[in-house]
Amino acid sequence: MSESDKVPGLWKRTTLVDRGGPRGIDPGGRWLLTVLAAVAVAVPLLNQVVPATSAFHLSPFGITLIGKYMCYGMLAMAIDLIWGYCGILSLGHGAFFALGGYAMGMYLMRQIGPRGVYGDPVLPDFMVFLNYKSLPWFWHGFNHFPLAVAMVAVVPALLALVFGWFAFRSRVTGVYLSIITQALTYALMLAFFRNDMGFGGNNGFTDFKEILGFDLHSDRTRVVLLVITAAALAGGYEVCRKIVESRAGRVVLAIRDAESRTRFLGYPVESFKLWLFVISGILAGVAGALYVPQVGIINPSEFAPINSIEAVIWVAVGGRGTLYGAIAGAVLVNYLKTWLTGAFPEIWLYALGALFVLVTLFLPRGITGLLRRRSTQT
Amino acid sequence: MQRIPKGGHLLLVLLLAPWDIVPAHAQTPKDAAFLSTLGELREASYSDKEGIVERLGQTGHPSVRAVLTALIEERLYFRNTDRKIFIAKSADSDPLRLSDPLTLKEVGSAPASSLTQIGTNNALRRVLRMSLARFSLSSPDAAVRSDAAREMSKSLDDQTVALLSERLRVETNSGVRKEIATDLALAALDGSDTGARLAAVATLRESVSQDVRNRLALLLDKSPDGTYAEKDEKVRQAAASAVESIDHWRTFYSGIQTLFFGLSLGSVLVLIAIGLAITFGVMGVINMAHGELMMFGAYTTYLVQVAMPGHIGISILVAIPAAFIVSGLTGVVLERTIIRFLYGRPLETLLATFGVSLILQQTVRSIFTALNRSVVTPDWMSGSLRLNDALEITYNRLYIVIFTLIVFAAVQLVLKRTRLGLDIRAVSQNRRMAKAMGIRTEWVDAMTFGLGSGIAGVAGVALSQLTNVGPDLGQSYIIDSFMVVVFGGVGNLWGSLIGGTSMGVVNQLLEPWAGAVLAKIFVLIALILFIQARPRGLFPQKGRAAEDK
Amino acid sequence: MRDKRLQLEGLTVSFDGFKALNNLSLHVDPGELLCIIGPNGAGKTTMMDVITGKTRPDSGTARFGLDIDLLGMSEAEIVGAGIGRKFQKPTVFEQLTVFENLELALAGSRSFLTTFRARMSGAQQERIHQVLEIIGLLEQRDAFARVLAHGQKQWLEIGMLLMQNPELLLVDEPVAGMTPHEVERTAELLRSLAGEHSVVVVEHDMAFVRSIAKRVVVLHEGSVIAEGDMDTVQKHARVIEVYLGV
Repeated sequence: MSESDKVPGLWKRTTLVDRGGPRGIDPGGRWLLTVLAAVAVAVPLLNQVVPATSAFHLSPFGITLIGKYMCYGMLAMAIDLIWGYCGILSLGHGAFFALGGYAMGMYLMRQIGPRGVYGDPVLPDFMVFLNYKSLPWFWHGFNHFPLAVAMVAVVPALLALVFGWFAFRSRVTGVYLSIITQALTYALMLAFFRNDMGFGGNNGFTDFKEILGFDLHSDRTRVVLLVITAAALAGGYEVCRKIVESRAGRVVLAIRDAESRTRFLGYPVESFKLWLFVISGILAGVAGALYVPQVGIINPSEFAPINSIEAVIWVAVGGRGTLYGAIAGAVLVNYLKTWLTGAFPEIWLYALGALFVLVTLFLPRGITGLLRRRSTQT
Repeated sequence: MQRIPKGGHLLLVLLLAPWDIVPAHAQTPKDAAFLSTLGELREASYSDKEGIVERLGQTGHPSVRAVLTALIEERLYFRNTDRKIFIAKSADSDPLRLSDPLTLKEVGSAPASSLTQIGTNNALRRVLRMSLARFSLSSPDAAVRSDAAREMSKSLDDQTVALLSERLRVETNSGVRKEIATDLALAALDGSDTGARLAAVATLRESVSQDVRNRLALLLDKSPDGTYAEKDEKVRQAAASAVESIDHWRTFYSGIQTLFFGLSLGSVLVLIAIGLAITFGVMGVINMAHGELMMFGAYTTYLVQVAMPGHIGISILVAIPAAFIVSGLTGVVLERTIIRFLYGRPLETLLATFGVSLILQQTVRSIFTALNRSVVTPDWMSGSLRLNDALEITYNRLYIVIFTLIVFAAVQLVLKRTRLGLDIRAVSQNRRMAKAMGIRTEWVDAMTFGLGSGIAGVAGVALSQLTNVGPDLGQSYIIDSFMVVVFGGVGNLWGSLIGGTSMGVVNQLLEPWAGAVLAKIFVLIALILFIQARPRGLFPQKGRAAEDK
Repeated sequence: MRDKRLQLEGLTVSFDGFKALNNLSLHVDPGELLCIIGPNGAGKTTMMDVITGKTRPDSGTARFGLDIDLLGMSEAEIVGAGIGRKFQKPTVFEQLTVFENLELALAGSRSFLTTFRARMSGAQQERIHQVLEIIGLLEQRDAFARVLAHGQKQWLEIGMLLMQNPELLLVDEPVAGMTPHEVERTAELLRSLAGEHSVVVVEHDMAFVRSIAKRVVVLHEGSVIAEGDMDTVQKHARVIEVYLGV
């Protein structure tokens, strides 16, 4: 028997996938769900129960920060789904995030009602300011929460569908595809900056008052929003996990590594890519929709290409192809950003740039890759 | 400088000595009249100033022209202490270099705070322009005469018409004659002689000016009670046809103008894309820092101009090789330190170079601040060629188009005729084979990247002439240049040339219709659709090695 | 019933005047292991291309069994008719395990939704294990394909082909780059496949051919110049002339 017949631990898959039915969850995934559960319990406690005078009290600012991080984590996970598993590097995923955010924003703007600066019961302030006589057709119905929620998923899904259909069908791959996604989000940014689009122009939407009748500025609402975000993140993780651990997930991996071979086996490669791209777009849209009520504002700079590219580095830092790695990377990098822009703002961009370079050169598998190597060497 | 102390002026001299100014020579009565009228400008209101300017013109003093020019260019000052009027050489230096309004000789300099500028408003400037135009009509420079005639068309009173008719008799330059004839025809339109009006319309038909067109259209105006401004039917018909003809020609010429603008925009894109196409074609590297390398080139131009402020004329010629070297070296350093470790991983290279672009941008911001730096256009590149009222070719853009063609040819030469070029082509077509044949692929990689980066730097020099130079310069063009590479393919440089030019032209064509934003969106969508048919661009790379990318 | 005979008659394929196949006729009996040899440019690959539907011939017929006309079918249909081809360069999915590679080759719906919901049935698992045994990679079941040796990757590819339960296997230069030990095992493998399947092997390695083939066909310039067992063929005057240029 040759040496390769004896296979060392690192080279074997540790979770068995040949048995149908529920399977053991990856330890990293277990960590993630535990942490999310802990956050969902700790945050209400630290804000609502612990008195404001205590050092352990979590301020509204803190709640918003954690919520933001989780939304970013969701965006990162959406990117990991198509990049880490399918090899599609989208440099424009911020577009889906922003679209979901705008959909939610439209609902929130309608909720302001007559309490706006101009006091119009139907038209948001910016419309009055721009002399709109009536609500544009695409705003109708956004005062109904279910419709807004549906749009949060539908609009990014549609964009992903149309864009993906054209792109994948024409077999655009690799860097060409990445460049086109960047151009897509750039074009959307330009469009949304226009005052005549009906989306608030360069000011976007802000000054939200309530969601479903709950005051957005109250601590309790913030806490609830955060818990919902944590739940959404966990749910999103489960959805993604189910996909990647199914046979479809293995087909996707095959596509990533040897696309024409997979096609030769009879698999509709474009269809798989499209499915994944649309699901990823919806996830990103949901992330954006949860983000907006927590930070209280959305404007066209969310579409800026640099946002999308930053999101990619979160995934790279965390480690591609694990889902939870992407979330961890998002939290880590954004924590670093929050700290640096507060303490030494001039060096944040240096740090970010250096992060890009160092991670691609020295940490191609990200932090989770580093930890994995350590654990299998014991 | 001649010091002529004269009796009572001695005191003046002592007073003036700290400011290094010498009083004027003896005056004639004409001079005195001129000076006293001039002096009235100090205290007068704007409407009064208009009358004063007229009277100044009527004095016929040889210095009138210089004084009026100074006034319109906001270079006429009076000294706070003794209210004497001076002409400053240029309006924004401190201390101001002063000339005597009578002799027009330089007499010294003074701090700006010691002088008050004699102000103008729009109405006054209009009068000044007219007065100056009358003077300019006899200037030895034909271009000045032509401009003067055109200026005078704006107010054709009897005096102006008389002046023009007189000039026409002695004018030899055909272009100026045409201008004057147009003016006289315009004036004739107001006359009572139908035959003269008809003849005038026939003359005006040849013009392409918007003003002429509008004036002719006015003839066709109908007043509410049904009568036309122009009474004669024949004249009306002639006018209508003339208007149509003018419109037709104006559209034609502005089409050419748009084309030219598109070409110049496209040529910038071509310059940027050439560098990208080279690095991507040979090494499979998409360099996100390409825009910053271009920005470096623009800043190099700025620095060159700072280093040789007195030689702006050749600053551009010096900046070109300087920018090439600066950006080229930066590119080589990039390649050796980062990019070569990421060979074969294009997506990672994309990310790493993006990081580099952030670092480069921030570095420039730290050194030069985030504010824009001004780069001056040298005289030989300024101005424009005014073919007619609807077509104006600015020299800077024209030079950039020519420059791009030169660079393109030069790069083709390097690639096709030099040893380096041969090596580059070999490596890009089949790296392993090239290596096996003894070509030092690592060195070729570094040189290729350096070449591509150097060209980016040169593109930056060109850009510095068109737009503001700031740390974000690269970002504004990088996406467009990527589009060009995606569209044109990396098979050969013609892809970049055709791709960039056509994208520039298309963008320019769409802009007046759809606005800049929608134009960009259209281009993007068109590109995505184009990619359907040709996923690798116009000129895809051939060969087995290309399929690995 | 696995009784289809492959019958090629008078196949001619020309590319820009160059005749890749020139009135080529040969047959493969059901269950037979046939080797095709010939110098480069003889038309071996083009012949395979015609059989699998990648290239359309200018004239001639290609039948599989009594009523299957290969020339009127698309590539996918030909695969469905039970003809599988293994290419020269092994492409297995490096980031998936041996087991998963075979799983992907399982017959069945290829749509996203079905594969997402798919649960491995007992029968399917059996089948995979069966194939693993045949190709000799049972021990490496959970190993990632990237750690396999070159020879093992070739066997895995053959295994993936077997998952589709083909009647006719076209194998293109399977032992190129293999160690002698691997060559031996490959011979074993192919011999074991014959009977259940018809196998056509294109090869250059004469020792290998000798060890597996009962019947050998020699191709030259697009047509058959000799056929028979190895000894007969090797003594054939034309074959010697073509191979040695004498």
